[in-house]
Amino acid sequence: MAILEVKNVGKRFGGLQALSDVNLSVAENSVHAIIGPNGAGKSTLLNCLVGKLIPDTGSVMFDGQSVLGRKPYEINQMGISRVFQTPEIFGDLSVQENMLIPCFAKRDGSFQMNALTSVTSQRDILDKAEEMLVEMKLADKRHMHAASMSRGDKRRLEIAMCLSQNPRLLLLDEPTAGMARADTNNTIDLLKQIKEERDITIAIIEHDMHVVFSLAERITVLAQGTPLVEDTPDKIKGHPKVREAYLGESQDAA
Amino acid sequence: MLSLNKKDFGLLLVVAILTLAAPIILNPFPANSGMAQFNAGYPDLMQRFVIFGIFAIGFNILFGLTGYLSFGHAAFLGVGSYSAVWMMKLLSMNVIPAILLSVIVAGLFSVVIGYVSLRRSGIYFSILTLAFAQMSFNLAYSVLTPITNGETGLQISLSDPRILDGANAPSYPNLFGAQMNSAATVELGNWIFTFSVGYYLCAVIMLAAFYISIRVFRSPFGMMLRAVKSNQQRMNYTGLNTKPYTLAAFVISGMYAGLAGGLLASMDPLAGAERMQWTASGEVVLMTILGGAGTLLGPVLGAGFIKYFENIFSKINDNVLHGWFSFMPDGFEDFLVTVIHPFVGKGWNLTLGLLFMLVVIFLPGGLVEGGQRFGRVFRRKDRNAGSVEADAAKQRNQTAAE
Amino acid sequence: MDAILLQLLNGLDKGSAYALIALGLTLIFGTLGVVNFAHGALFMIGAFCAVTLSKIFTLSHKATEPSGTDFLGNPKFDDVLYVKDWFGETVGAWLLDWSVPLAILFAIPIMLAIGFVMERGLIKHFYKRPHADQILVTFGLAIVLQEVIKYFYGANPIPTAAPEAFRGSFDFGILLGFDPNAIIYPYWRLIYFAFSALIIGGVFAFLQFTTFGMVVRAGMADRETVGLLGINIDKRFTIMFGIAAAVAGLAGVMYAPINSPNYHMGMDFLVLSFVVVVVGGMGSLPGAVLAGFLLGILESFASMNEVKDILPGIDQIIIYVVAIIILLTRPRGLMGRKGVMEE
Repeated sequence: MAILEVKNVGKRFGGLQALSDVNLSVAENSVHAIIGPNGAGKSTLLNCLVGKLIPDTGSVMFDGQSVLGRKPYEINQMGISRVFQTPEIFGDLSVQENMLIPCFAKRDGSFQMNALTSVTSQRDILDKAEEMLVEMKLADKRHMHAASMSRGDKRRLEIAMCLSQNPRLLLLDEPTAGMARADTNNTIDLLKQIKEERDITIAIIEHDMHVVFSLAERITVLAQGTPLVEDTPDKIKGHPKVREAYLGESQDAA
Repeated sequence: MLSLNKKDFGLLLVVAILTLAAPIILNPFPANSGMAQFNAGYPDLMQRFVIFGIFAIGFNILFGLTGYLSFGHAAFLGVGSYSAVWMMKLLSMNVIPAILLSVIVAGLFSVVIGYVSLRRSGIYFSILTLAFAQMSFNLAYSVLTPITNGETGLQISLSDPRILDGANAPSYPNLFGAQMNSAATVELGNWIFTFSVGYYLCAVIMLAAFYISIRVFRSPFGMMLRAVKSNQQRMNYTGLNTKPYTLAAFVISGMYAGLAGGLLASMDPLAGAERMQWTASGEVVLMTILGGAGTLLGPVLGAGFIKYFENIFSKINDNVLHGWFSFMPDGFEDFLVTVIHPFVGKGWNLTLGLLFMLVVIFLPGGLVEGGQRFGRVFRRKDRNAGSVEADAAKQRNQTAAE
Repeated sequence: MDAILLQLLNGLDKGSAYALIALGLTLIFGTLGVVNFAHGALFMIGAFCAVTLSKIFTLSHKATEPSGTDFLGNPKFDDVLYVKDWFGETVGAWLLDWSVPLAILFAIPIMLAIGFVMERGLIKHFYKRPHADQILVTFGLAIVLQEVIKYFYGANPIPTAAPEAFRGSFDFGILLGFDPNAIIYPYWRLIYFAFSALIIGGVFAFLQFTTFGMVVRAGMADRETVGLLGINIDKRFTIMFGIAAAVAGLAGVMYAPINSPNYHMGMDFLVLSFVVVVVGGMGSLPGAVLAGFLLGILESFASMNEVKDILPGIDQIIIYVVAIIILLTRPRGLMGRKGVMEE
């Protein structure tokens, strides 16, 4: 059962055909990776999925509903959470407050004023945030200024914030970009753990093959704006077309 | 207490005591002494402290929490003043309807202006609000003269209808008969204290406004606004439509400005367009920043600070300066007077501009942060050490509780 | 028809001033990424350069009049200008008459110096600070500058005359075949327009044809990359700021005869110039110029009695209304580029 269906998506910027005829289906409760060389259209595709760009052609369906033309917050409310390349957290706030906000947002939806109630009186939300902090091993940092944490911890916090909303699909955009090896491995372990413990679909856009092959159950290779192959990691590894796309040379020349 | 935690309740209590005792505290010098000019405990000035305090508290709810820098809030203050005066002309000299209407009208205005301006953020938002304010200012001076009475300003007159007032009703703004300008004077030796009806009305309203602002700061709503300021991108992808939140903050701050405008008109029943000029908007920005944007107490401190020194500086002239420096050698005395002269008297604006720059350059966190920094130096503890210790203490307590 | 032409011409001089200030604002914003609320004050200081020079030229001392005595037998005194003493009667009179155009020479070094000092001393420290801080600190500076001018020159406008030769008006009506006196346009305003066109052309040529200009344009397009190329951006920023200050200053010098300079003229023009920049598109130089003239002319049309009868007060707010509409429908302004100051 596919939770995310991308059909015939095309997007053109001026003279550049960034995406053409992209078909992709992400199965529920799977880890699906989208890889491809620079300029393959990975980011454009991602932006189409989260409502930042509207494709010229085709459709993007999440759980039977179209996401096209919806605002990012509406797409989030449908059950898609996004993790950014550089961790996007509320740097000026404490770790605990960072955790509280998605919990409030989940409950209050598009708008609930709550201007005269106190945060500390919202037991259910506080408990939920606390639970998440403990689960993600951030509890001892709860009063820390979020901006002063290490990059790995920021990433952990960002993922925790996304998970606190119980999303059905977690979109990760190069989650380990710019990370040291140790942090990368920590992030991989964290994602593996999340996958084991929760019913969640993870779509991951990644450069780092180490990350992709440790996590993904299926891989789509994107090249020049169009999917080249889609298969399991084992089959992708030795696939001639993939080598060609990455190394820029044909089988014969090699 | 009052649904506030201990610390906030303490803060409210301190502010309440200081405000209510202001007529005494602000008059520390005997009336006949040379220092009496530094007294601030007379109704007119104290009213300005608390009214501009309200204005700045409201502005802080927008700027301090969301980071949206409005350069047009004076427009709401002006609108509030005009509405209040009209209410006193048409309905009654009682200030209650006047103040209510000023808040409502300013609220409606801010819904419209906020809805349009908040379509953009950052510097565009600042310029949009500025454009709206300048537009209101220009209109008040030109086409809207029948409503605003143009350059002369809107005033009350004996021929106004005042349909709710009986024949014997007071002809000055009042609260159920207690006139705003009436006051009780207490003489204690050489000290003279004035307790005025107008000041206490403003003070009580300011305390209510301050209390509401504490509640807003501590609410989920306030936290959402701080999150918007911190990272709008993440906020959008957190499933929260930020528009209604920022608009609500804008409208609340607009209503605070309207309230301040209504009170200004209630204390002195006239309204002029100059209250809407963008320099007036700049002044409230300065008050907020000087005190500390995003802090609870900052705006009140900033408003008091600026209005006090505006008053003092405007009073100082060359004679006063010569009086101060008379103990120095003649040439040096003249030199000092010449140097200080441009900054005092009519030069208050120059001092204000310099202050503005100095605060932004050296103390972006304002007086409150400055005070905290000073306090930390005093306790010889840096911030990190302090917070780490606090964390550790909290953890100990928690494990103990478990 | 003649009325329309007249309004078009009337819009040109104000439009020129808007365009020149907006050009400087855009240069600073585009290269340095700084929102300069003190730019109007630079325009005002320029105008006061003209005032200062004409004041210097009217410095005088008393001299006994050789012709004789008054009715009490005391010697009569005359005010004699120093310029006439030093340069002789004719040259002195000419200098005095031409003080405004001459002030250009006087203003260039002053404005460049002010620009350099401002950038090195203040603006430099705000490159990395939020836009709100930049707005606030330059707003403070604008207040300081205008108060300093007020302290030295007083609060009242100071009339400053254009040279005798340009004081008359030019009758466009005859030239274009309308009735005489249908379209009368003061010479000085024509000069102002031509002067602005010259400056605008000069700035564009400078940016287009010099290596320096090329680097600046590259910087406006992508600041980080240019920095990576090992080009000393800092020094160029300073020079750029000086140039922008000089442009604003010159606009002010020449504007002095059109509107008697007063200390708050900078603020008045600044608000409008910002609106102009936004309408033109933040970071677009041609946009700033185009929007400057467009809004100047629009304002002049809105002040026609025929228009005011239908929409009273429209002349007071037309620029703001246009700005609001543009900002809401075309957030990037008329000619704004993608990626400049977007959310």
